Amino acid sequence: MTLVLNRIDDRLIHGQVVVGWGQPLDVRFIVLVDDAVAASDWEKELYRMGVPPEMEVRFHSAAEAAPLLDVYRTESHPGILLTGDIATMRELVLHGGVREVNVGGIHHRAGRRQYLRYVFLTADEQRALREVAALGALVTAQDVPAARAVPLEEMLASGEVAS
Amino acid sequence: MSEASGVRALVAGHGDFAAGLISAVEAVTGLGEMLEPIQVKGLCGEDIQQLLRERLQATGALVIFTDLQAGSCTMAARRLLRDMPQVLLVSGTNLPMLLDFVMSSAPTPHDAAHAAVDRARSAIAAYGGPA
Repeated sequence: MTLVLNRIDDRLIHGQVVVGWGQPLDVRFIVLVDDAVAASDWEKELYRMGVPPEMEVRFHSAAEAAPLLDVYRTESHPGILLTGDIATMRELVLHGGVREVNVGGIHHRAGRRQYLRYVFLTADEQRALREVAALGALVTAQDVPAARAVPLEEMLASGEVAS
Repeated sequence: MSEASGVRALVAGHGDFAAGLISAVEAVTGLGEMLEPIQVKGLCGEDIQQLLRERLQATGALVIFTDLQAGSCTMAARRLLRDMPQVLLVSGTNLPMLLDFVMSSAPTPHDAAHAAVDRARSAIAAYGGPA
């Protein structure tokens, strides 16, 4: 098995990830790539305590993670690659061989516009997502497995209509 | 902290978890106003944390009940506890727990919450089905 989901989610490890995706995909490990979390023992402990005992969490900075992803892809059990922002995932597309990107949750914050119930983007973030796609990754938005995967351009168009 | 409100705890979770459980507490006891539902749909973790902080301060509540251990409300609340050590967080909340909490005559909300956790554990049972 391999990394079965490469997800951008600003809540990082939470219910949708651990239960929503984790259970149906039989996920045994999460590779959490975030510079701030990787640098803080307190943050790491917070996220580690949030997962069930059969699930392991590995923490890396973006620079550390890119060359390790090929190793994670050879693991015998399925895993999820998780970043909290678009910039970090972009690094992993560029240097870590990520070819499919799931936009799982980028939530409301000042300066962001709504595209989906769970996706809010600034103009810069919208450009950054298009850039990830231009680098050759298939970008779709999907919060939980039962939802439809919304193609990037469809999502961005829906935001333009809604605004 | 304000003691003016009758709110003794916040309830936060996925979907309509909080509003649903509190409506059930109201139906059973008429004491639903002791719990305040926190609506977090569409909020990022930082905003959830800020919202919880504001509502704790506004109501004087000292207990937060959440649903999933890894849920974003639980994670946000755990971050809050770092600088609000007087606040008690309970995850894995169910209806028997909240009923026990609102009916409690314990001297402090913390005592009431700890007792409610014990009650909630013992209220879980499975009946029938194939052996």
